[in-house]
Amino acid sequence: MAQWPLLSVLIWLPIAGAILVLALGRDPRVARWLSVLVALATLAASIPLYLGYDAPAGGMQFIESHAWIDALKVHYALAADGISVALIVLTTFTSVLVIIGSWGPIDKRVSQYMAAMLALEGMLIGVFAATDALLFYVFFEAMLIPMFIIIGIWGGPRRVYATLKFFIYTFLGSIFMLIGLIYLHMKTGEFSLQAFAQAPLGPSEQAWLFFAFLIAFAIKVPMWPVHTWLPDAHVEAPTGGSVILAAIMLKVGGYGFIRFSLPITPDASQEYAWVVIAMSLVAVVYIGYVALVQDDMKKLIAYSSIAHMAFVTLGLFIALALVRVHGNPDAARLGVQGAMVQMISHGFVSGAMFSCIGVLYDRLHSRMIRDYGGVVNVMPWFGAFFVLFAMANCGLPGTSGFVGEFMVILAAFQDNFWIAAVAAFTLIIGAAYTLWLVKRVIFGEVTNPKVAKFEDLDAREWIVLGSFAAAVLAVGVYPKPLTDLMDSSVLQIVNALMLSKA
Amino acid sequence: MMSFNPNDLVAILPELILLGATCAILLIDLFLKPSQRDVTHWMSIAALAVSACFVWQGAPAAGQGLSAFNGMFLHDGISVVLKQFVLLMSGLSLFYGRNYMRERQLLIGEYYLLILFATLGMMLLVSAGSLISAYLGLELLALSSYALVALNRDSSVSAEAAIKYFVLGALASGLLLYGMSMIYGATGTLDLARISASIGQVEHPGWLAFGLIFLIAGIAFKLGAAPFHMWLPDVYQGAPTAITVFIGSAPKLAAFGLAYRLLEGGLGGLSEHWTLMLAILSVFSLAIGNLFAIAQSNLKRMLAYSTISHVGFLLLGFVGASPAGFSAAMFYAISYSLTAAVAFGMIGLLARKGFECEEIEDFKGLNQRSPWYAGIMAIAMFSLAGVPPLFGFFAKLLVLKAAIDAGFLWLAIVAIVFAIIGIYYYLRVVKVMYFDSAADASALPLPSDVPLRWVISLNGLALIVLGFAWGPLFDWCNRAFGI
Repeated sequence: MAQWPLLSVLIWLPIAGAILVLALGRDPRVARWLSVLVALATLAASIPLYLGYDAPAGGMQFIESHAWIDALKVHYALAADGISVALIVLTTFTSVLVIIGSWGPIDKRVSQYMAAMLALEGMLIGVFAATDALLFYVFFEAMLIPMFIIIGIWGGPRRVYATLKFFIYTFLGSIFMLIGLIYLHMKTGEFSLQAFAQAPLGPSEQAWLFFAFLIAFAIKVPMWPVHTWLPDAHVEAPTGGSVILAAIMLKVGGYGFIRFSLPITPDASQEYAWVVIAMSLVAVVYIGYVALVQDDMKKLIAYSSIAHMAFVTLGLFIALALVRVHGNPDAARLGVQGAMVQMISHGFVSGAMFSCIGVLYDRLHSRMIRDYGGVVNVMPWFGAFFVLFAMANCGLPGTSGFVGEFMVILAAFQDNFWIAAVAAFTLIIGAAYTLWLVKRVIFGEVTNPKVAKFEDLDAREWIVLGSFAAAVLAVGVYPKPLTDLMDSSVLQIVNALMLSKA
Repeated sequence: MMSFNPNDLVAILPELILLGATCAILLIDLFLKPSQRDVTHWMSIAALAVSACFVWQGAPAAGQGLSAFNGMFLHDGISVVLKQFVLLMSGLSLFYGRNYMRERQLLIGEYYLLILFATLGMMLLVSAGSLISAYLGLELLALSSYALVALNRDSSVSAEAAIKYFVLGALASGLLLYGMSMIYGATGTLDLARISASIGQVEHPGWLAFGLIFLIAGIAFKLGAAPFHMWLPDVYQGAPTAITVFIGSAPKLAAFGLAYRLLEGGLGGLSEHWTLMLAILSVFSLAIGNLFAIAQSNLKRMLAYSTISHVGFLLLGFVGASPAGFSAAMFYAISYSLTAAVAFGMIGLLARKGFECEEIEDFKGLNQRSPWYAGIMAIAMFSLAGVPPLFGFFAKLLVLKAAIDAGFLWLAIVAIVFAIIGIYYYLRVVKVMYFDSAADASALPLPSDVPLRWVISLNGLALIVLGFAWGPLFDWCNRAFGI
């Protein structure tokens, strides 16, 4: 196979497209079409990535490495394993839908919006593909800039507050990670993640590094109690911003745990796994209750995102105990695999939920639950989609939401009955807030005269919601391609967890 | 023992050329009508460019320093790098200032001459091999700067700023001179190399330590490090914006050169004392710079406080007293001056006759009026804030690394905590430009000075390009320090 630098193409194609859109997009129609074409081209470029990845062999493939800064041994080093490939495809898929979904609602400074979205897409792919810590950090931080602009320009009334909070909060977390990375560079003399993972580190060094990484990624995921930026950001962001934020940006946090915390500080991760597990369980239960009382739809889904992302951190850190205490690598594999499936599934489900709310918002310009009711009477197709996504959100078997949560709970059971029991609580509370939302918004009588005038989905909205629905059902009914893709990579991570560094 | 070697003249050829050209411009300008001031402008740019070419051409081989005039004048890799950037920044500030000064009837010959003389002073300063030549260069720079700040004679704000600058600057020079005299007393020589050699065997080490403290106070004044920063906000705000562009960029490079020559070149043997002093100055600068910047509504004043915080970052490179640290600090000085030039230059670009555009509110809705210049300004702000992939981030990375390598982990953590605080006020500028709408839609037209628009755009884009391709510059800095 001719050696196309496929990952570089995936990163730089959307970024170059962003510049092109800015340059040529004076006419909004041109900007819209051009950005869809760029996003589709990127999606097309990610197909050979998926097909060309040798899943049974596992490990890092599509390796690119060029010296960037010789003096510090920084490399422009990219590679992807099964986990990266899954997340990159999720990114390219979601970006197309987000851009199509933003055709209607975004009517001011269209070219800037589309350019920010495309640049964000490229940077997110860069995060998932970088194997050099400094390169990872550059993408990790750089993606704050387009998101800051997206929320700040096209957001709701309190957008300035929300976007500043978002930026400073996430910046705060990641800059501690930077200190950790510089420290590791001092120890190893380079920035490659592999060298970091192999570096011998004492227990106290590991503990400091673990917490530096924890701050960065816990804020990004976000975990309780550092989640407070997320509801604000979601509520104020335009629909497209919310979808990208929930579907992909949160995954960067989970991905960071897999790439940094687990391999670089395995012993400290084991020692402090209880912290992460406790935070995850609090998120599942407490944030679930918080979601229940929201009267703003976007806020409700934002809190539900936090609760669902807690399964990712739970699955990753329960694996440590399973490997090291119980000597049960199969269960650990299930935990990590479940966390990954949960990430992908949550990407689809939360993206779809926010898109649904966007559809409603475009019609009534309100996010308040009480303003709606009986929507299914006037929008039957929309009602069907919404109920499907809601079911996926509460983890109904047959939808993608079920697979990941089920795997994580199963893994947790092997460790401790009570952890599993508390985690399983989500099946009740998640169903409660989601179904109650459906009852109040979709079903019942039409009370608001404006709702009575709603028109059902147009073709554009059909494409977006239909694609999400197909993805949700596909992963729910037949998750094997997804798990096969990631299986060897997950196995390698679990094997690495068995090795102590101290 | 004092002998004149004609070869010494070759070493100072760039300075001689600049001096000769400045004198020629002084005479030619006398015969020019105000409408012909462009001739002065382009002659000054040409003088800087020719001088830069000779700096380049006369650069010594890697790792080989020459000294001329019995050690008074050092010609090494460090001085070459610093001179190149000093000349570049001076040239940029002439571009940024022309339109602004013309609109205020301030585009007089003195503007060019004073900047050229100040540049000459800076070139002398970064090549200083003895306390005397350091002081000469410093005073040439300082006296020219005082006059530049006062160039707008009718403005009481400018006059006040100039007086403050002059009084405090003279005080700082006095402190510096006093410290130098103590060191001379202790070592019996003014030559930095010989001071360095004799540090171990001085009779009165107390005098030396005493001299060091005064020296540090003087350097901190010139750098603008807290708690010796009082002059800086007033001067930056009070000076005409075209002058602030100049004062805010090139002299930071020269001040780095001064600090390096005196502390490492002369008093390297006392590094265990001065590293800790500089670490403390760094903490003060980071704290005061970042916290006070938040409260400002005037952009020039805000950027002045931000300068103080950047000096705090720059000093992180000094705390290790290692070549790698100095290299990082020099890289930081270059990065800061290139970025600050964009920020101050943009204020000058948007200013009109009768409208200074120096309040943060004046940038409201710039993205609607001119997405291009809003983008350039946003790049400068994100670079100052240290967000990758912009140039400023990598400069911060290097000085943080230098501090951590030197064992000052606590200082690195203090620095990043303040960097987080600092990000707020940079973001506020972006917020005003992008998220707010302009007060009146009948926006002011942009100036028609084409070179200005091109140069500031290139300067802004350079911050992105150098964010990716900072390796060669970093290697250049490293080579200068023999790494």
